Amino acid sequence: MSINWQAFGLTIELAVVVSAILLVAGLPLAYWIAFSRWRWKFLVEAVVALPIVLPPTVLGFYVLVGLGSRSPLGRWWQSLTGHTLAFTFTGLVIGSILYSLPFAVQPFAASFSSVDRKLLAASATLGASPLRTFFRVVLPLSVPGLVTGVALAFAHTMGEFGVVLMVGGNVPGVTRTVSIDIYDQVQASNYAAANTMAVLLLVFCFAVLTVVYGLNRGTRNAGAANQRTANQGSWTMGPVK
Amino acid sequence: MTTRRRFISFALIAFLVLAHGESIPTARAADREINVAAAADLSSALAEVAANYEKRTGVAVKLSFGASGALTQQIQNGAPFDVFFSADMDYPRQLVSGGQAEGASLYRYAVGRLVLWVPSDSPLDVEHKGMDVLLDPSVKKISIANPQHAPYGRAAVAALKRYGLYEKITDQLVLGENVSQAAQFVESGNAQAGFVALAHAVAPAMKGKGKYWVVPEDAYPALDQGVVLISRSPRRQDAAAFLEYVKSAEVSALLRRYGFSLPGSDK
Repeated sequence: MSINWQAFGLTIELAVVVSAILLVAGLPLAYWIAFSRWRWKFLVEAVVALPIVLPPTVLGFYVLVGLGSRSPLGRWWQSLTGHTLAFTFTGLVIGSILYSLPFAVQPFAASFSSVDRKLLAASATLGASPLRTFFRVVLPLSVPGLVTGVALAFAHTMGEFGVVLMVGGNVPGVTRTVSIDIYDQVQASNYAAANTMAVLLLVFCFAVLTVVYGLNRGTRNAGAANQRTANQGSWTMGPVK
Repeated sequence: MTTRRRFISFALIAFLVLAHGESIPTARAADREINVAAAADLSSALAEVAANYEKRTGVAVKLSFGASGALTQQIQNGAPFDVFFSADMDYPRQLVSGGQAEGASLYRYAVGRLVLWVPSDSPLDVEHKGMDVLLDPSVKKISIANPQHAPYGRAAVAALKRYGLYEKITDQLVLGENVSQAAQFVESGNAQAGFVALAHAVAPAMKGKGKYWVVPEDAYPALDQGVVLISRSPRRQDAAAFLEYVKSAEVSALLRRYGFSLPGSDK
């Protein structure tokens, strides 16, 4: 029974690339959502949450038609790269970034918001700029949230199907992900092959998530301990707990 | 819970129940319907046939389009269709031998034709050069239906091999889940050329938007398209009546208009 290792490698590659980009690009967005006091912030939060509710076919549709060779954006892209976004790995990456955005940004923002504001104030009075405070105080205390966000984005991309079906073109080694391959095998009545791939994917994703959540367990305890210690040390504001 | 909240909850639930009351199935004669599974290349033609039939008899024909292989799969796993229009004869035969379809009902309703289609703004002169346009450097992606489960995809691969082009362009192939998606890939400009059904090329959605070349019949195994009645359908009588209608001269003329050949005729 042949296992489509190419599809596996491709899917993992896609998930890693997307998670990495979401980690870097999601942080500023999550920071803004957590700390901004703009009255229309809820609109941005709604847009970020859209991919959770919208069917992937909507996203796939817009990548295919809205960013296709007929649209101004698509033509600009084509002049840059020589081809359209559809049927390429880059197209999948962009589609997946949009699709998995809320799965990364929401845990990031939630963990930023849960950092004790007194610590931020303390950091400021000690002369740290907002950026320095972010990197030295907020980030280290938000590690569990960051890990959760990256893990969710990774897992969500591993399982992506709708967007890939709409814009992938099922090109082996480029856009034929595991989910597409399983679908193909089922349609061709190769149930044995489909089952093997499905079980492999299941086991792999479970393993990744167990490792991530297992590590997170330790970090969360350490983070909480740090926060308690920090609270005890913040002599500038309020009574010591 | 406060009285007001209780009242609102009750009103909401009552509203939802009543709103769904319409969709509770009743055995009224006027509500007869049949579920038809059809190959993707029939999306325009069969919609018109169904509309005509409904006007004539009052029986609603609900259509589900997809790749013939995919639909066969679904029927084998119990999908509640009453009639299945395939884009080949093998899938219906598979259903007959599996007991899901009635062998006696198997009927070759049309012969499909494969065309090579490019958008109107394409510089490729496909109407005169045919397959040769695929070697043009401007062609980056060629869309076909997935040959694993779509008859038009298998035909496209056969035609490409016949013209000795398959090895050369195999890296440029993008696979549509069915021949409609293959048509959509090239119609939207994402693929520069595509092998689609003649039925798609002459249908309102794509007509006038592109140029095409009809692939000679000897280049691929004939796309004899068969229809069967599904064995365990509870609406067998209505399904059989619809099938009889499909065999009529009126529907044959309609299918011919959509680019299908009728078996036995020279077209």
